[in-house]
Amino acid sequence: MSAQFPVLGFIQAAYFAVAVVFILGLKAMSSPVTARRGVVWAGYAMIAATLVTFAWPGMQNFGLMALAIALGTVVAWVSGKKVAMTDMPQMVAIYNGMGGGAAAAIAALEFARGEVHGGVATTLAVCGALIGSVAFSGSCVAFAKLQGIMKKAWRLPAQNAANVLLALAAVALGYLIVAADSPAPEHVLGFFALALALGVVLTVPIGGADMPVVISLLNAFTGLAVGMEGYVLGNPALIVAGIVVGASGTLLTQLMAKAMNRPISNVIFTPISGAASGGEAVEGEQKEVGAMDAAAVMRYASKVIIVPGYGMAVAGAQHKVWEMTELLEEAGVEVSFAIHPVAGRMPGHMNVLLAEAGVPYDKIFDLEEINGDFPQADVALVIGANDVVNPSARTDKSSPIFGMPILNADLAQNVIVVKRGKGTGYSGIENALFYKDNTRLLYGSAQQAIGEVIQHVKALSV
Amino acid sequence: MEGLVYLYIFMLAGFTGYEVISRVPVILHTPLMSGSNFVHGVVLVGGMVALGSADPAEPLQLAIGFAAVLLGAANAAGGYVVTERMLAMFKGKKEGAQ
Repeated sequence: MSAQFPVLGFIQAAYFAVAVVFILGLKAMSSPVTARRGVVWAGYAMIAATLVTFAWPGMQNFGLMALAIALGTVVAWVSGKKVAMTDMPQMVAIYNGMGGGAAAAIAALEFARGEVHGGVATTLAVCGALIGSVAFSGSCVAFAKLQGIMKKAWRLPAQNAANVLLALAAVALGYLIVAADSPAPEHVLGFFALALALGVVLTVPIGGADMPVVISLLNAFTGLAVGMEGYVLGNPALIVAGIVVGASGTLLTQLMAKAMNRPISNVIFTPISGAASGGEAVEGEQKEVGAMDAAAVMRYASKVIIVPGYGMAVAGAQHKVWEMTELLEEAGVEVSFAIHPVAGRMPGHMNVLLAEAGVPYDKIFDLEEINGDFPQADVALVIGANDVVNPSARTDKSSPIFGMPILNADLAQNVIVVKRGKGTGYSGIENALFYKDNTRLLYGSAQQAIGEVIQHVKALSV
Repeated sequence: MEGLVYLYIFMLAGFTGYEVISRVPVILHTPLMSGSNFVHGVVLVGGMVALGSADPAEPLQLAIGFAAVLLGAANAAGGYVVTERMLAMFKGKKEGAQ
């Protein structure tokens, strides 16, 4: 024991340093200037933490451990490198789910070994296992939805009752595990089955603009689960990193939910779904416009505001959009980008894509910064965005998104909406903007429609 | 007393997490979420300790421990790659603008 002490002391000191670097790294990641540095620091800390852990006294199964690390690292590394920038949200979701699964598996292993003792440790192990399992299965569902494997949001007939029943049943089994001296295997199995089912049932009905909030919430969940299992293992690095992520993830979730004017409880218990809830029927018809006319209107405008949405991401049209912007600016048009906080499937999703295409920061504006400018704009060009420009959020009390702050694209002199078809889009809510007198619809995928506009703008500039 | 010390760690880490990102610009929300996703990949360390103490004669324990390490490693590696790719883009962009 005394021979082991210096080793353990060294490992603990290393963990302490790792925890400090993680916090500094996160801090650095919250400013554009230092962000890259931050993740590199955290990366080195992660490698250090992994290496010193091999020296943990009394460890066995090194071969299996090395195999699991190699396999997990290579598969995730390659898939993370290969994935298109537009598919980033679902990758974050799936990697997050894996972290939650790992936390749950740690708890499961401690139960299987019968090594969890004491009320506090068992309670935290059970809580961590519950939250981790929900994060795991919930993230898998989120991944399947964003990847297009699972197409539509559906609700159980008694969705909220089912949520509550499942949660209560899982907590009841969790209590049996805590109360028992050595937990019965069938209780543990049932507990994990219920917890995993709960994650699925919670996430499946959620769609539309709520998706980013859910991914953020599940990210915070995984952090909490990791922190709790850190207590069970007596590992402060896990506690600090997990709880820091749990807290910052909760804050991030709140910021997003606030941007939508929807409390987090509403996101979970009354998901947006046009089919289930009302909203006034919209009168009038959608008026189509061709690429040539759209090009002419923008080419001879003095001020154009572009509102990008998920449709731009799906089509991977950000490069075309920037090419068009540059052409318009050469022609003397003032172009700016208006980003709704929850446009796309993650907060800042649009910013990342526009940055990838090369759009400078100073052309990109938040909702508060730019909303007053729409009445002075000659054209608002909406590219694959829907709920975030729906004026019903301001006017129609029966609309499921009433009260959500929106970009006032409808106040521009002309509105051009690039849209794939006449349908209602991801969330299934009718959009009054599409039927307004000054709105024209340019049908087609963003990639193809903007490509055609570019050709016509070029023709006009010769 | 030791339990109480852990409680203090929980509390302080919670406030730290809240404060550290309280003034983050919207453009960094996605990379930051991805970055914090990477940081909780440290669960890999917990998985290693758990697998390291599993009984080699118990296939069930080995399987669960293997899963914990595998998932933790994927969380860490995938989280890092995705975050780094996003932030590298921001960097390239800024230089290009000047």
